[in-house]
Amino acid sequence: MNPNDLRYTKSHEWISADGTAGVTDHAQHEITDVVFVELPKVGRVCKSAEACCVVESVKAAFDIYTPVSGEIISINTDLSGNPGLVNQSPYEAGWLYKMKISDDSEREKLMTYEQYQEFLKSN
Amino acid sequence: MKQTPFHSFHRDARAKMVDFGGWDMPVQFQGVMAEHLAVREKAGLFDISHMGQVLVKGPAAGAFLQKILTNDLSRLMPGQGQYTLMCQENGCVVDDLYLYCLGKEHYFLIVNASRTAIDLEWMRKRKTGDLDIIPQPQAAGLALQGPDAANILKKIFPALEELKKNQITEFSSMWVSRTGYTGEDGFELFSSADNLLALYPDLLEEGKLFGLQPCGLGARDTLRLEMGYRLYGNDLDEQHTALESGLGWVVKFDKTDFIGKNSLLQEKETGPSRRIIAFRLKARGVPRHGYAIFFNGETIGEVTSGTFSPSLQQGIGLGYVQNALFPKDRQEESGLCIRIHDRDIPAEAVKLPFYRRQ
Repeated sequence: MNPNDLRYTKSHEWISADGTAGVTDHAQHEITDVVFVELPKVGRVCKSAEACCVVESVKAAFDIYTPVSGEIISINTDLSGNPGLVNQSPYEAGWLYKMKISDDSEREKLMTYEQYQEFLKSN
Repeated sequence: MKQTPFHSFHRDARAKMVDFGGWDMPVQFQGVMAEHLAVREKAGLFDISHMGQVLVKGPAAGAFLQKILTNDLSRLMPGQGQYTLMCQENGCVVDDLYLYCLGKEHYFLIVNASRTAIDLEWMRKRKTGDLDIIPQPQAAGLALQGPDAANILKKIFPALEELKKNQITEFSSMWVSRTGYTGEDGFELFSSADNLLALYPDLLEEGKLFGLQPCGLGARDTLRLEMGYRLYGNDLDEQHTALESGLGWVVKFDKTDFIGKNSLLQEKETGPSRRIIAFRLKARGVPRHGYAIFFNGETIGEVTSGTFSPSLQQGIGLGYVQNALFPKDRQEESGLCIRIHDRDIPAEAVKLPFYRRQ
């Protein structure tokens, strides 16, 4: 995924136009070494900003929220054997799940890459 | 927030900093996992300047410390150290510390950062006889830990290789002991900030060839927990006695009177109502401080320290349980669980240490 093409939440998740979602590079730095990822069940219908995953690092457990409403249609099963992918490749191999987006206008309202960079600077 | 003399080094190394008992300390440099494994396989260098350093000197120093500490310091020769506890009259733990005998009337205490002020007040109030309690708030400390620690240190100070486990020696205006909080071979260096500031870059430079990494409190915590070493404020506090904490091995009832002796002796006879257990998870999950411990569906206690063990690649932890609800002789039974995010993850009680060097 090219980070320029993604949309971002204030809670540091990203989502692509096809509904693939994960955490940002900033988030993985904050989370530190990921040791487990608890992914949602395929078929789960989520509202936006719903806690749907837990990413555990040595340091703490972090809730990960859905950027938009939709149905979980697939999950990244590679993470069960290699949770460190979230740190190594947050925008590619470390994606978390893919959702069928209910209403694309919700995604359009999220921050662009440039807006997210500004947001990081201002915090 | 208080800063150690190495603060600017940590900044320059782009360490992630945290507030630890009022000290702005590095929690990680490269990452907890990498630092942990460096200490287990090669070497790591820790800033331990936040630890309290206290000298106790004078003709009555030995008798005074024998009275306020639970271990028996009459067994210490000058140049030797021991792990020990300071207890209240009721047997609860004021602090756990390392005591070094520097000479017949000269002792050196290394106490927890968060307890330094409390310990000093505790000692001053109970001070009797001809002695001085001298805190060293400006002093610095470094811990060089790992299987290659001796190889690195001998490049700079060849003589120190000879130092034996638990021994301490004065060398080049430093106190150097062969001790640590990681379960690996290693050294702790205590001296003035100037001395250790000059040494720090040299250690990092000499250590490069060996894979030495600067390490933060994150790795210090996972390393100590893999050994089952208690952390004051988590596993030890003023609500739990030395015996409940499983530290009866440093309570010497056969020595002369000491603070807490009567209560602890009584508790030893009746048996403590709680005990600390070590457990590992049998499924995925990371136990953390405050999580509930269950046995056959009943709450029996609480996790005091928990982490994902980088060496064992599984969740491990310590926690207090009610003896009546989880008797020692039933410890082997299945039915032990830790509640993690509303799910009960099966666990098993294990003997310490969690990790043993192969």
